[in-house]
Amino acid sequence: MPDSPSPSPSETPMPKVTFIAHDGTAHPVQVPVGLSLMRAALDNSVPGIDGDCGGQCACATCHVYVAPEWAERTGPRTEREAQMLGFAAELQATSRLACQIELTDALDGLVVAMPEAQH
Amino acid sequence: MTATTEAQRARIQALPLDQLNPADIQYFVDDTAPLVFERLRREDPVHRSHSPVPGMGDYWSVTRHQDIMAVDTDHATYSSDWSQGGITLMDFPPGEQQLQMFIAMDPPKHDEQRKAVSGIVAPANLANWQDLIRERTVRVLDSLPRNETFDWVDKVSIELTTAMLATLFDFPFEDRRLLTHWSDMATSNKATNPDAPEPEVRMAELKKMLGYFTRLWNERVNAPPRTDLVSMLAHGPATRHMGPMELMGNLVLLIVGGNDTTRNSMTGGLLALHEHPAEWAKLRANPALVDSLVPEIIRWQTPLAYMRRTALRDAELGGKQIRQGDKLAMWYLSGNRDGDAIDQPDRFIVDRARPRQHLSFGFGIHRCVGNRLAELQLKILWQELLQRFPVIEVMGQPTRVKSAFVRGFSTLPVRLPA
Repeated sequence: MPDSPSPSPSETPMPKVTFIAHDGTAHPVQVPVGLSLMRAALDNSVPGIDGDCGGQCACATCHVYVAPEWAERTGPRTEREAQMLGFAAELQATSRLACQIELTDALDGLVVAMPEAQH
Repeated sequence: MTATTEAQRARIQALPLDQLNPADIQYFVDDTAPLVFERLRREDPVHRSHSPVPGMGDYWSVTRHQDIMAVDTDHATYSSDWSQGGITLMDFPPGEQQLQMFIAMDPPKHDEQRKAVSGIVAPANLANWQDLIRERTVRVLDSLPRNETFDWVDKVSIELTTAMLATLFDFPFEDRRLLTHWSDMATSNKATNPDAPEPEVRMAELKKMLGYFTRLWNERVNAPPRTDLVSMLAHGPATRHMGPMELMGNLVLLIVGGNDTTRNSMTGGLLALHEHPAEWAKLRANPALVDSLVPEIIRWQTPLAYMRRTALRDAELGGKQIRQGDKLAMWYLSGNRDGDAIDQPDRFIVDRARPRQHLSFGFGIHRCVGNRLAELQLKILWQELLQRFPVIEVMGQPTRVKSAFVRGFSTLPVRLPA
């Protein structure tokens, strides 16, 4: 799918999200509300998120581990998401697909970690 | 655009639309299939047609990227199950069985069997294999003849993919070309290709394959579990009680899946770069582009041209009414050239932005389990080729595989200057 343009930064609240790479490196980014967490990573060149299907919950290459203290606010996996994640190599209790998490003001400060690789 | 292509395009445009049968093997032998799909995407993106091939009959062609994605991710409506006809357009006549493999199963059985083997391509295992793949690739490339024409398919593509497959199965290395042979047998189809072996010959060869693997299974089932596909199947809770037809089916899946596909991308990539010298120059100037080259090769080649699904209920797709029981071909080859989804799709671009958003691995629950291994093999191959050979000359036309399913090459003559 072609990428839809991000909303203009000046008009939109910009929650902060931190992606922790498998080697421990933190990648903090600020992204407009309404964007998916997957898009937030790709738009800011955060390594470790592939997003091969472009955000349609169809490839499971944007697998993240939500920090436990945030898991309630990001919510449960959808049925389809759970099925795609079922094939992931290192599934954990807070595993989510980043394309299925939409950024809101309530997620300002969100921390997610990434697996060794996406496949 | 060459004059030949323009003439071919005009010839395809002149055919009556309702008689356009994209699974006709001639379009794959002369590689005009992309032109057929170009027309269908424009004029009739979800297209009903009839094939005169016995066992194929009426089917829908799904040609646009977004419609393919919709079908591929809706496994509740569009079944892959072998009992419905499986993943290729042929409905085998009574008495001949569809292969029972997990790519041709719906959930929950698909999920259980897939999980039994998917660990073999988990990131940790890929990291372990990297050195072995590089060492083998180097050995194969350093032994290639100089200043004489040889077949790239045989000496490079088959050699490298078959060695990898032997490792995945922990298969006796000296017998590894048997894997290539069985892979070719499994995908052969007498109904569409007169040169293919008779169905009885094909089945007899597949039974030999089953016999060989049953010996390996019996050795490993009583030994501690190891990280090879035979041991994983023999010990997996969802696979250890498989009957012989299910074992045969899953062996075919793993052999074809790990063999034909990467093999043809290894050949197709060389051909693509040969046909796009400016892109090859770009790559030579910046070998780091191998990272985006690899997915672009996989998009460009699309080594499996389609996957079939069968509608379990009535549905609407791209404005057409699909009826329960209808079969559909999701033409990945077409979706990968859809300009609504992919920028400048008819150009081969080694530094394409987001090159991985192609359909060649499929999407949804049946997405290729070995995708990252395939990418790794291709990446190492191109890194080593770029280091070694300033010039690889393509000496003639390739021979294409006579199949609308496997989009590949039987031969490609090349020469390395001394």
